Amino acid sequence: MSEEAMKQPAPPKEPTFVISSSPHIRDDESIDHIMWQVNLALAPAAVFAVCWFGIPALINMLVGIIFAIGSEYVWQRAMGQPITAFDGSACITGLLLAMSMSPLLPPYMVAIGSVLAIVVAKQSMGGLGFNIFNPAHIGRAALMVSWPVAMTTWSAMKDAAGGVDAMTSATPLNILKLQGYDALVSVFGGQSEMYQALFLGTRNGSLGETSTVLLLLGGLYLIWKGYVNWVVPAVMILTVGLLTWICGPAGLFTGDPVFHVMAGGLMLGAFFMATDMVTIPMTIKGQIIFAAGAGAITVLIRLAGGYPEGVCYSLLLMNAVTPLIDRLVKPRIFGAGEGK
Amino acid sequence: MFKSFLGGIHPKDGKELAKDQPIEAMPLPTEVVIPMSQHIGAPCTPTVKVGDMVKRGQVIGTSEAFMHADIHASVSGKVKKIDVLPHSGRISCQAVVIESDGKDEWVEGMPLHRSWQEMDREDILAAIQSAGIVGMGGATFPAHIKLKPSKPVDVLIVNGAECEPYLTADYRLMLEEPDRIVTGVRILAKILGVKESYIGIEDNKPDAIAALERACEGTEVKVVPLKTKYPQGAEKMLIYVITGREVPCGGLPMDVGAVVQNAGTVAAVTDAVVEGLPLTERVTTVSGDAVRQPKNLRLRIGTRYRDVIAYCGGFSQEPDKLLAGGPMMGFAQFSLDVPVMKGSSGILGLTKKLTAHGKERACIRCGRCVKACPMGLVPSMLSILGERAAYASARDDYGVMNCIECGSCTFVCPAKRNIVQYIRLTKGELRAEMAREKAKAAKGKEEKK
Repeated sequence: MSEEAMKQPAPPKEPTFVISSSPHIRDDESIDHIMWQVNLALAPAAVFAVCWFGIPALINMLVGIIFAIGSEYVWQRAMGQPITAFDGSACITGLLLAMSMSPLLPPYMVAIGSVLAIVVAKQSMGGLGFNIFNPAHIGRAALMVSWPVAMTTWSAMKDAAGGVDAMTSATPLNILKLQGYDALVSVFGGQSEMYQALFLGTRNGSLGETSTVLLLLGGLYLIWKGYVNWVVPAVMILTVGLLTWICGPAGLFTGDPVFHVMAGGLMLGAFFMATDMVTIPMTIKGQIIFAAGAGAITVLIRLAGGYPEGVCYSLLLMNAVTPLIDRLVKPRIFGAGEGK
Repeated sequence: MFKSFLGGIHPKDGKELAKDQPIEAMPLPTEVVIPMSQHIGAPCTPTVKVGDMVKRGQVIGTSEAFMHADIHASVSGKVKKIDVLPHSGRISCQAVVIESDGKDEWVEGMPLHRSWQEMDREDILAAIQSAGIVGMGGATFPAHIKLKPSKPVDVLIVNGAECEPYLTADYRLMLEEPDRIVTGVRILAKILGVKESYIGIEDNKPDAIAALERACEGTEVKVVPLKTKYPQGAEKMLIYVITGREVPCGGLPMDVGAVVQNAGTVAAVTDAVVEGLPLTERVTTVSGDAVRQPKNLRLRIGTRYRDVIAYCGGFSQEPDKLLAGGPMMGFAQFSLDVPVMKGSSGILGLTKKLTAHGKERACIRCGRCVKACPMGLVPSMLSILGERAAYASARDDYGVMNCIECGSCTFVCPAKRNIVQYIRLTKGELRAEMAREKAKAAKGKEEKK
């Protein structure tokens, strides 16, 4: 063809149209956006952990995140799947895992936990959406049975006077379990001082669970954004509060619900794990059952079980019954029976 | 204020593009393509031959079947061709092509001027039937059949919700010609013998509400402002919000004593009864971000999309999708050669900016679809069951047949799952299975004889 002919304007092109089933418009929400928003909500408590526990906390969180994302990436590459390792969900798993364990845990254990969480609990089930259990909790439970001593070794905290006290190298729930409530209060130097420490996070524990106020802040952000239904954390926390108050050490209604609500991993669990979309029921009614069940099992383990803390196992147990709840609790179909 | 239905969504409505454009009659096209299927039910058979001269309003298609609506010439001129041609709802369909003679002459005796108050019920129904009126919101159910319900009804609801984004045709009609609508409502109320008639409008159209309220003064018709929420205009939601009655699963509005008609349909009823005019034109919104000059046009049935888009200045940007109807429930078109039909509420050209979305992924069980579903279903499970071909479970355990296909679930899905598409697949497979079983049972009966 001559150059002249090439230069001639092409005839107006008929537009070609895409054919697909309706609806033809979607909103802007995406999995990636939701997941990164959850990471953002965890950030204040994570930053506080570094300030409070120091560099080991930072290292553990980074190791958790890197090994979670890395193992997801390697798995997906190896299996020839589309790469979704950077959608934020693996990051949440790694971060939550590190945040729910002692800052003293050797980083290689955190790495193993992360890999187990992603490979065993998430990818072997089929990846995001198919996992029955919260991956971070599976990772934590696996480490708990593998290295029980390391998993229950806590920082030696400075006490009020500035010296290192052997007594404080245990979590408040540990002290409660082994020495009782009065000993616990005396460690903090008084009940209001204890509440203050629990609220602000200036106490011992897993590295990301200590600061009630910052976890609350992140949780409220998620509620405000609509990613979390307030009912779920509210029911779990209220169940724990109510049951610990009723089942007190000195008979009925002598418990300290304020302590139990802020102690241990309840805030972290209620706002960031009991609200993990993938592993909780889909209907509001189902979610209330889930949250109440998780709260009740937590109290059972704390007060009657061998472990001082029960958030992790209670959530795993409720994860296991989630498919059953979803099967039994469905919304009422419009036009079906009496429903006014 | 009336109560709201559960679920629903708030998409960006895009109505600002066309809402201030007054209804404008598009000049006659040189040629119209009139499909023989523009309603739910049996397609019509052409009653004219190639070469025949026809006048506007002349019947050119009819059927022996009970469930049909007659089809009329929308221009005067010569029948040029009768052939299988593109159709916006069923890909292709037999259609009569009429070349306009430019005179636009009505059949002799049209239009009439008569008083509907003096007509009796049967005459009015006959006028509506012979005008070939169907539900103009998009469902295209023949109006004369809907107006002879087999159960007692006590309330008439006119659907002016227009909850589909981008569409403003009903809004302009209600704003500019409220008397035509109110007259139509009164005519329908007379046919049905109901005392209560309501016009439901979303409260994002306050001026249309005001216009209709003025037009309703001194009549029994009441205007009901509704919450702006999609799918407020879905029949079942509308009945529930206005009367508090729930149409039972698998039931029809008449099961709760209600009849619902779209605002445009009601205006067409006025023309048919008062002036004796068949349905040959309708108001359609031409809009979308790819259309240069969005408009609300009074279009002759059979006008090709190509001519309509050209009249609106063509495409200003490359369109990704051409839609018949709204973006939530409309049909994607493959060709500009499809014609405007009785149920064409909108013609939209949307760019990739609006239609593009991420890749479909696995359900993350976030529950957003459950919250959005106005029918109380679990769309995520329905999508998964559809994907796995577990159709019977979708029906028996999750009530898939109750889905109204409004698209709210798919709109909100962060995993960008094509939930409604899976549901349509499921419903189609279940219907096919039912038909097979029916045929088998019929055959068995015959053999026994």
